[in-house]
Amino acid sequence: MQWGSASEFFAMGGYGLYVWTSFVATALCMVWEVLALWRRRAAACAEQRAALLGGTDETTA
Amino acid sequence: MSTDINWLKYSSPQAFYPLAGHLIPWFACVAVALMGVGLYMGFFVAPTDFQQGEAYRIIFVHVPAAWMSMFLYVVMAVWAGIGMGLNARLSFMMAQAIAPTGAMFTFLALLTGAMWGKPTWGAWWVWDARLTSELILLFQYAGVMLLRTSIDDVRRADRASAVFALVGVVNVPIIYFSVQWWNTLHQGASVSMATGSKMASTMLTAMLLMTVAFWLYSIAVILARVRCVMIERESSPVWNDEKPAVIQETVEAR
Repeated sequence: MQWGSASEFFAMGGYGLYVWTSFVATALCMVWEVLALWRRRAAACAEQRAALLGGTDETTA
Repeated sequence: MSTDINWLKYSSPQAFYPLAGHLIPWFACVAVALMGVGLYMGFFVAPTDFQQGEAYRIIFVHVPAAWMSMFLYVVMAVWAGIGMGLNARLSFMMAQAIAPTGAMFTFLALLTGAMWGKPTWGAWWVWDARLTSELILLFQYAGVMLLRTSIDDVRRADRASAVFALVGVVNVPIIYFSVQWWNTLHQGASVSMATGSKMASTMLTAMLLMTVAFWLYSIAVILARVRCVMIERESSPVWNDEKPAVIQETVEAR
């Protein structure tokens, strides 16, 4: 291991800003994608249920 | 050993939907585990690069994201082609489900590339062949998605975006070989099928672990998205896998 302390680790030899921006941005994109899919699924399921139960079924062609 | 599983039946959305539902947790769990190991290797085991210092660690997200951006485009184009050839609904749905994840990885490849370029080259962006062709790939993903949303008729939207995706696939080899064909600021391949790797083995292991993790993550989110697409496009009692009996009874009672 090459890190003497936690602050050395976060400094990344002076490149901390670039390294951590890259990793945090990637993590945020992935988390956002999963959450967006969660919401999309909930919305689609709700619409499907409403169509099935409501009688005005526009989704079946 | 011969198995009697009729794989063709999974070309129907109604059969693929529950299969995808069972597969998603497995892909997601292995992806998270490999990402954990990959990050540990990348930050604590892999040594400091003698030329680039610690900035090189960006490659542990940059290279997997860039590879996925190209790979997913090819997979999307293949599904689009199968959809065109066989007029298969599931193929078009898969192509539709891949585009947003591919676009996200293309964006991340460009962003993390800029984060690497600034300290290493002294510029966030240069109009070199590798960077420019990757930017064009982002526009292609955007084009595929915009074309779909701009056409109301689903089957016409499928075909239009499939043609767009198929024509654009020529850009993928251009991106891949750009560092050989042109004199680019972007460095050449450090990992190649022909000559092997020029990196320290722990660096390579960390990068490959992250690549496999990104790949499994992509499969998980694409399967989750294709399930959403199926619900949005078609009506079927199969979709209600939470409480099928309750819904079925209510429908039958009416």
